[in-house]
Amino acid sequence: MAIKRILSPFNWLLSTVYHLIIDLVDLLMRPLQNILGVRGMAYVFILPNLLVFGIFILFPMLLNFYYAFTGGTELFPENRPFVGMDNLNQLFTCEDFLSPNSCREDLFWRAVLNTGGYVISQVALLVFMALITALSLNRNIRGRGFFRSVFFYPVLLSPVVVALIWRWILLQDGVLNAILVSLGGERISFLLNAQWAQFWVIIISVWAQMGFFTLILLAGLQAIPTEFYEAAGIDGATAWQSFWNVTLPLLMPNLFVVLVLSLIRAVQVFDQVFNFTGGGPGTATTYMVQYVYTTGFANQTKEYGLAAAASLVMAAFLLILTVIQLRLGRRGEIS
Amino acid sequence: MRTVLTFLTNTRGKKRLSLSDWLTYGYLLLGTFLMFGPVIWLVMSSFKTQAELIRFPPRLMPYRQEVATVAGYDEPLALYDVTLEDGTIRHLAQVRRVGIEAQMVDPAAPEEIIRVNINQRTPVETIYFSLENYTLGTERFNFWVYLGNSVVVTVAATALTLLINSMAAFALSKYQFPGRDAVLVTTIGTLLVPLSVILIPVFLVLQGMGMLNNLSGVIIPAAATPTGVFLLRQYMLTIPDELLESARIDGASEWRIYLQIILPLARPALAVLTIFSVMWRWNDFLWPKIVLSKSELFTLQVGLASFGGELQVQWDLLLAMTVLTLLPITFIFAFLQRYITSGIATTGMK
Repeated sequence: MAIKRILSPFNWLLSTVYHLIIDLVDLLMRPLQNILGVRGMAYVFILPNLLVFGIFILFPMLLNFYYAFTGGTELFPENRPFVGMDNLNQLFTCEDFLSPNSCREDLFWRAVLNTGGYVISQVALLVFMALITALSLNRNIRGRGFFRSVFFYPVLLSPVVVALIWRWILLQDGVLNAILVSLGGERISFLLNAQWAQFWVIIISVWAQMGFFTLILLAGLQAIPTEFYEAAGIDGATAWQSFWNVTLPLLMPNLFVVLVLSLIRAVQVFDQVFNFTGGGPGTATTYMVQYVYTTGFANQTKEYGLAAAASLVMAAFLLILTVIQLRLGRRGEIS
Repeated sequence: MRTVLTFLTNTRGKKRLSLSDWLTYGYLLLGTFLMFGPVIWLVMSSFKTQAELIRFPPRLMPYRQEVATVAGYDEPLALYDVTLEDGTIRHLAQVRRVGIEAQMVDPAAPEEIIRVNINQRTPVETIYFSLENYTLGTERFNFWVYLGNSVVVTVAATALTLLINSMAAFALSKYQFPGRDAVLVTTIGTLLVPLSVILIPVFLVLQGMGMLNNLSGVIIPAAATPTGVFLLRQYMLTIPDELLESARIDGASEWRIYLQIILPLARPALAVLTIFSVMWRWNDFLWPKIVLSKSELFTLQVGLASFGGELQVQWDLLLAMTVLTLLPITFIFAFLQRYITSGIATTGMK
């Protein structure tokens, strides 16, 4: 109440200014409306967003194709010679696709394989943990709001912050190694060992993203009418049976959204890992986006064509995922 | 402890806790530890002195060794508890250390030097939250410049996002015009095109428009968020068209309708988008990193990343700067968490 009284002159000022702005805009825009008509104004409203959108998203999307099919190290399109499929060919020149050393662009294939391994294990762990957490939070427990916030909090942290927090924990002299030593173990250089680095990249991304997907699943769980469970209970179903026969089928749409969103996000893994391991040790945690970034920006010779071709490959990958989502999503609606 | 236990075991409706209840609480408490633990560890570490930071095994609380000014010595001397040969423990100040022998004095009687083995003394320590990392860090790290850039980017981009997204959402929800569906489909379609896929051409466009190394290059491109347009449009669809019709009959122009009717009614959706946009822009890393290469233009995230990417990482300062970077978002979350969680649950967007 007191706050409201203090703010009331401020509010009054704000609303006066706002009405002045309305009158001014009204005065300026009315002639335009007289020319374009009511319907024409729709284009005026949509124009700024469409401009920004077109210049910074749509146009670059088209331009990406141009880069992928031209060569050289020049940034400006007019200086780039057309090379056709050369860039894509270079990416796909490989004796054996499963052993990157036999490929012309071995780093690319390493990145592809790393990404594949990461996507599969990260998404599986992420969806599983989010489901467990959502089921726990959906129970009749005390402090539900508190626990929900707790699991959500890391979602708000930036990838840089998340990476630094965990680097600090995993240092050679860090707290995790201290715990290991106190339990009688040996110190481990987590981020200097390929397998450990890959493991921790997955763990910290699950840590950072879980709360978000938990919320989507929780919303789905809460939308399931309690009558269904009561009916299952009357029929003598055990908790396990009602989970398999009531919860899981009814949660499917949400589970599906979670699966696809997490897949799409996993394919694009970059900034967190970049600040966490820098892609190392060696190339153990170099993923596709980092390949694009290194090839196009960070390397001394900037091979824009190659980087653009690689991002086309990635876009195709994402497109397939999206199409699967739309297909299955539609089937889910019908059944 | 007893009351806490009865409080926790008092479930709604049911009399006693079942095994699955215990498991649930166990899981949630473990989860709380795993989710908050790393952040708390970071915050605790940021208050530690350099000496305490390199100590292994580390301790949770930040400690500082007590010192005393002793007559006859210019510098304050470090205090130790010393176990003497007769078994008594005395409070002594260390003058110097020679090999395994330490020369100590009693602060009350500083004339007599007592020689003891270094293993017979333990430092006298008290819990002390040192702010040195923060003061030194903000100087060394150019914190205020980065903070200023981050605030400018976040505020300007959010204001611009709210304006152009709500205008577009208004057009897409309240007008029938040729091309509307095409715009809608491309908008939703690009939800799926991540920046990472179009890095190279975006870089060219930014260069062509003179936006490289310019904060506007971070602010403007990010403003046309498909998520925002989509979220606002869904909300505006629920505003009845009759309101607009009667305003038109009263002679209101389309801009007046937008500013005076639509925007005030769409306030809840605008609030959600504001929170989202602040989060997105504050935490952005890849886009600002591409646009900004001059260090005086860095945002906090880019600055923090380059500070953390140095060959010799200065953890003492870096930890404090990390805490300062996550602080604003944490405050926003503490006050608006209900808004944020319900906003995400209903829109499924981040």
